[in-house]
Amino acid sequence: MVVTASTCRTETVFDYSWIHVVSAYWNRYPNPSSTHVLTEDTIRREVRDGKLYSRRLLSKTNPVPKWGARFYNNLPVKIVEDSVLDPVKKTFTTFTRNLGMKKIMKVDEIVVYSEQKDGRTLAVRRAYISSQVFGFSRAIRAFGIERFKSNGHKASNGFNYVLRRMFPQNQLAASSPTTSVNSQSAVANVTYSDMAVASASHSSSSSATEALKRTAKISYEFCKGHASKFAQLFSVKN
Amino acid sequence: MNSIGDDCNELKKQYDACFNNWFSERFLKGETDDSVCAPIFKVYQECVKRAMREQKIELREIETDYTTASEFDSNNSATGSSGKPQGSQHKS
Repeated sequence: MVVTASTCRTETVFDYSWIHVVSAYWNRYPNPSSTHVLTEDTIRREVRDGKLYSRRLLSKTNPVPKWGARFYNNLPVKIVEDSVLDPVKKTFTTFTRNLGMKKIMKVDEIVVYSEQKDGRTLAVRRAYISSQVFGFSRAIRAFGIERFKSNGHKASNGFNYVLRRMFPQNQLAASSPTTSVNSQSAVANVTYSDMAVASASHSSSSSATEALKRTAKISYEFCKGHASKFAQLFSVKN
Repeated sequence: MNSIGDDCNELKKQYDACFNNWFSERFLKGETDDSVCAPIFKVYQECVKRAMREQKIELREIETDYTTASEFDSNNSATGSSGKPQGSQHKS
């Protein structure tokens, strides 16, 4: 089975040095933008070749719409975050993925924090979203990407809050927001024929085409309303 | 921030405090010896692993090797992460 992934990329500049950013990283929860994060644990950590490897387990609340209960039970979502920190090159890379429920939506995020020439810290974030839900995949991915894009700027708010609290004296001269977004997924012309046909078969209406169209439209709105929730659920951007 | 195990919170707090101090005062200054927090990390890990088992979190999926940049680089080569760990032995 071929699983197509949608990808998206954003860049954010933090007005703090790399040293401050990585120090604050381990203390970024809780913050006002992260009320959905319930627990945070380090489950593995070691120094190899001068680099710090860490694995953390996060759990998030599960604001699942009622219809979602058909797909899975209502437990908090678990997220695993691996990271590699190179203190010499001054790079810090985090990889996050959701644990379980990967057929509904699999969200892989990679963020690379590196030092800019001006002393600020650049965070390049990429997300790979895939879904194997029959008939829903493209919709879920498309709106997952939309969510990712619309939240690009909001994403860093919680982290900035922690940075300001930890290092009130160390903020570098403010730059204009430089979040940029680049989506590489083909999200146009999404069709929901699988679902529409399934629904329409229950209808004995003579106007099958109309029913099909109507069902497709409802399905489309249905996906639009809820796929973004999935994306938000499995993402750890805050 | 809380631990996944209610009874691990105190251990987590102690470990986090130790780690944060080690991280900024030693590791970022070039020292790679991480033995100072090893004892508290070990106790904290035993607590967390127990909590994970109780909550039926699949350890199998968690005990894989660290994810590395190589898996992602085929999609985007704009970043410069070079970390590719070998082996996956637990220290504690």
